[in-house]
Amino acid sequence: MGKTLAEKIWEDHIVRSAAGEPDLLYIDLQLIHEVTSAQAFDGLRLAGRQVRRPDLTIATEDHNTPTIDILKPIADPVSKLQIDTLRNNAKEFGIRIHSLGDADQGVVHVVGPQLGITQPGMTIVCGDSHTSTHGAFGAIAFGIGTSEVEHVLATQTLPSSRPKTMAINVEGTLKTGVTAKDIILAIIAQIGTGGGQGYIIEYRGSAIRELSMEGRMTVCNMSIEAGARAGLIAPDQKTFDYIKGKPHAPEDFAAAQSYWETLFTDADAQFDREITLNADELEPFVTWGTNPGQGLPLNASVPNPAEIKDSEERGAAERALQYMGLEAGTPLKKIAIDTVFLGSCTNGRIEDLRAAASVLEGKKISPTLRMLVVPGSERVRQQAMKEGLDKVFIDAGAEWRNAGCSMCLGMNPDQLAVGERSASTSNRNFEGRQGKGGRTHLVSPLVAAATAIRGTLSSPADL
Amino acid sequence: MEKFVTHTGSGVPLRRSNVDTDQIIPAVYLKRVTRNGFEDGLFSAWRSDPEFVLNKQEFKSGTVLVAGPEFGTGSSREHAVWALQNYGFKAVISSRFADIFRGNSLKGGLLTVILPQSAVEALWVAIEGNPATAITVDLESRTVTYHDVTVAFELDDYTRWRLMEGLDDIGLTLKHTDSIDSFEAKRPSYKPKTLPIRI
Repeated sequence: MGKTLAEKIWEDHIVRSAAGEPDLLYIDLQLIHEVTSAQAFDGLRLAGRQVRRPDLTIATEDHNTPTIDILKPIADPVSKLQIDTLRNNAKEFGIRIHSLGDADQGVVHVVGPQLGITQPGMTIVCGDSHTSTHGAFGAIAFGIGTSEVEHVLATQTLPSSRPKTMAINVEGTLKTGVTAKDIILAIIAQIGTGGGQGYIIEYRGSAIRELSMEGRMTVCNMSIEAGARAGLIAPDQKTFDYIKGKPHAPEDFAAAQSYWETLFTDADAQFDREITLNADELEPFVTWGTNPGQGLPLNASVPNPAEIKDSEERGAAERALQYMGLEAGTPLKKIAIDTVFLGSCTNGRIEDLRAAASVLEGKKISPTLRMLVVPGSERVRQQAMKEGLDKVFIDAGAEWRNAGCSMCLGMNPDQLAVGERSASTSNRNFEGRQGKGGRTHLVSPLVAAATAIRGTLSSPADL
Repeated sequence: MEKFVTHTGSGVPLRRSNVDTDQIIPAVYLKRVTRNGFEDGLFSAWRSDPEFVLNKQEFKSGTVLVAGPEFGTGSSREHAVWALQNYGFKAVISSRFADIFRGNSLKGGLLTVILPQSAVEALWVAIEGNPATAITVDLESRTVTYHDVTVAFELDDYTRWRLMEGLDDIGLTLKHTDSIDSFEAKRPSYKPKTLPIRI
């Protein structure tokens, strides 16, 4: 019997396997950031251990960094200590770091691909659940905890139990205005936040193949919101072209590409679970609740919990509506928004900024709201400025910021106030995620831009 | 890591599903560079509500958290495990845990126990009926016992052994350094390296 893509990559990385034990997996790349690494480096120091492969490790600052006045000292002393700790650890252990002000600083999952350091067939880890983003290149990429960060630093391996495999086939053609973000929100609404638990998802089908690399990253990014450990897409010519010319593209590109071309699921391979979605029928999607599975097409209305059969889901929906301050039956398009956030590892890349700018060009955002535009990386910011996108956003009345995770998780000062409602291109609508008491609706960049103009949840078609 | 063999304590019924890591500990509490002191951030948004279960006198000394399904979804922050441990929890019982949270908990010695949802609900009723109910989570026999009820749970032999011995994963892996060396010797040269820096 043939093998799935995930099985091929997994098997290529087994250092050791023994009955009754997890496989010892070799890790090709570890990405590091300030929030989940300090305790790992402390652990190394305490045990007198070294970083085994600094040359397979890279650090940047993103989660806890300011997006304004980035070259001034960080005001919050606790945040400053965390950033300084990363810088000191990188120096002590010989790890490459891209700090605030550096051209390659930015959200860790934007930085890897733009350097060309994310490549097909790799195993990639980071102390961040959205590491699944890198799966868009046909890599097994997953988030780990700090103990595992330390384990990889010390050994460049990770004991891991082999996940099951799931195929999600998205066949058909997306309508105008429907994007990668809508595909993944629709998938999560269908399979639920636990639907992918224990699986690596392979996204397949014509609608996935049609996506750009950046669209594919958006889809793989939110695999974790479906509960999956990782998500990936078989590499193809688009993948190879994307890597070519990037700083860390392989010198012997032909040799690399001939390996990459073997990375696909064999015709006779079996998945443990298969799901199919019709891309023709997809609409712009938006979440109404407090978990990413609570999403609906933008044309729908806030659901009535009383009509939900499952008692657990009904209870969750009731609590969500209460937290979100929403009435059952309200059309989603009537919901007024206070803040639009464009950015994050989900939708902070150049194509996302271009998409939003194409809607905002020559228009003004509603005076009833504020809009934050936070590029995923400094390189994305520079590219956007070269294309004049910063002007489009500023002229429209939006704030043009420096790169970082920003309001996606509200760890730095970019936060929602109590009761404030956002339309956000990020990945999580959890209670308080963007600031204590804040209310989040997850949307695509196109919906974010149209919403900014109209003041209520909208798609470009409503303009 | 501290050994985990058996633990007996009272329970805290958390009747919520999808308790995500931002609820367990919001990002603003993740700025510390230590592994301790995170108890102040545990469920911080909910703790301002006097009706929240952890604010009720009868549940204040609980050490076994009994939660709804999909506990620990969301981010990979191990701080969520540390916050629960720093607060005093030794075990969490749920019918479903998010993968990364579960991995982190079992690395760090916080025992996450998967029981069928019906058993979780029975346990909620028992604890709410009598908050002093003693719950024993026993790793040796892989059972949860309270009153005259005993429910078995599954945990793979390897993880159980590691927890019962309190073993350091890195130490275990370093015994196989030869295997890592020989794997590395065969890695293709086109695999990317972060150093030297290319721009």
